[in-house]
Amino acid sequence: MQCQECGKRPATLHYTKIINGEKMEFHLCEVCAKEKGEQMAGMEAGFSIHNLLSGLLNLDGQFAEGQPARSASSSEGLRCKTCGLTYSQFSKIGRFGCSDCYKAFAERLDPLFRRVHGHTTHRGKVPERTGGKLRIRREIERLKQELSARIQKEEFEEAARLRDRIRELQAKLDS
Amino acid sequence: MSLQRFTQDALSEWMRGKGPRSDIVISSRVRLARNLSGLPFPMLATSSQSSDIVRRVEEALRSDNRPAALDKAELIRMDDLSDLEKRVLVEKHLISPHLAEESRHGAVVLSPNEAVSIMINEEDHIRIQCLFPGLQPQEAWKLADELDDWFERRLTYAFSETTGYLTSCPTNVGTGIRASVMVHLPALAMTQQINRLFPAITQVGLAVRGIYGEGSEALGNLYQVSNQVTLGQREEDIIEKLTGVVRQMIQHEHSARSRLREISLTKLEDRVHRSYGILSHARVLSSKEAMERLSDVRLGIDMGLISGVSANVMNELMVLTQPGFLQTRAKQRLDAEERDIRRAGMIREYLSMKREGQ
Ligand SMILES: [Zn+2]
Ligand SMILES: [Zn+2]
Repeated sequence: MQCQECGKRPATLHYTKIINGEKMEFHLCEVCAKEKGEQMAGMEAGFSIHNLLSGLLNLDGQFAEGQPARSASSSEGLRCKTCGLTYSQFSKIGRFGCSDCYKAFAERLDPLFRRVHGHTTHRGKVPERTGGKLRIRREIERLKQELSARIQKEEFEEAARLRDRIRELQAKLDS
Repeated sequence: MSLQRFTQDALSEWMRGKGPRSDIVISSRVRLARNLSGLPFPMLATSSQSSDIVRRVEEALRSDNRPAALDKAELIRMDDLSDLEKRVLVEKHLISPHLAEESRHGAVVLSPNEAVSIMINEEDHIRIQCLFPGLQPQEAWKLADELDDWFERRLTYAFSETTGYLTSCPTNVGTGIRASVMVHLPALAMTQQINRLFPAITQVGLAVRGIYGEGSEALGNLYQVSNQVTLGQREEDIIEKLTGVVRQMIQHEHSARSRLREISLTKLEDRVHRSYGILSHARVLSSKEAMERLSDVRLGIDMGLISGVSANVMNELMVLTQPGFLQTRAKQRLDAEERDIRRAGMIREYLSMKREGQ
């Protein structure tokens, strides 16, 4: 299969993306993929982020520990107060500067996540030590689903047991 | 220096054992991307913040009751390695080119058998990688999950209830998992069926790429299949889907092999033995030709057409004939022409050695 961009080199990258709700297929050679700035699964170093960034940002020393970055000027749009990255810089380099960027750019991220992943909410693993309450909430959700299934099947004894368990967990959550 | 252990042998110890479906599946890998809370991602971290991250991981590793998989694991700093040593680790897929070339205060924690490699200050603060021979993504996930839990008891991760594990690149966010399986598909390539198979794989949200090509080719008919989606799906479901798709690929490759045997056995035998002959006698071999011939011979071994050489030898030669390894062996820098001569020499020597002894 030839690369759909250049039509010359063999396509070695094959993937789909959801664009405006439609599934699009891509078959690209490595060169064209790089040019398009595609960040592929398993493709570790796409392009030199550090070089690109140093041109884009002049952050030297700005992220010195404990020192707040320059405050956002409204004309520049969204900016992460913690690391100083702006949304437009983020969209150019495709990388967040720090974990607070997720909060700073939150209003713009759902469409991006939907495009890349087809989803916007995490459903996987929760950290054991620090994810305590979330773990409990997940468990409650799961039990509630099971509860309504039992009720539908008229298995009321089991349903009552589940309801008690949910109450227990709810109390734990509220304490 | 114990680093030698990691740069001398082409085959990691974990690869010497035979994994399930190893006639087609070379290896399974699971990588988890994690970041420490309260520190900028490596791209924006200052030098002191980056070295602090290495120190914190080192400290965690010094604590008691390390998991068995990390017993006697070593932390190796990129700054302590020569370019060639780094290159060899890249060729063995133990570290990424990005960690080798572009990281600041980059480091890797390697277990003695090389089944675990934990990259520090790559694109994310921590990338836990577990590698298993053959088709074992589930086992690789279980181990990565366990190591992740162990680290999380000692380090606080950047995690959001809605978005999951926060990563430098939005393509990794959520689970931070990248599960991949490396497969050898010569019969599907020979019968031109591979082009029809790939679109079907991408349909279900997985990505396929050729590996080992300098540039754009899938040399040696080796491909890597991996998950694309990291957000909104559970790790177990991701692993299950990947495993299911790879199983189907294996089936297709098997039936392509049987068809080849039925309709053109003589041609196939001629092809694999011809390649075996060239590998055994050639004086100059480009890496492209070497990979193609090694793939043929590997197919011949797996189909019982060639005997007296183990499939492991082929795996090993695929790594040993990479530029970094050749230069490490030669203990000097080599230009492309020199490398082609040394490559042929190394393959000849290796095959005659393996035929006589062991
Ligand atoms: Zn192209
Ligand atoms: Zn930020």
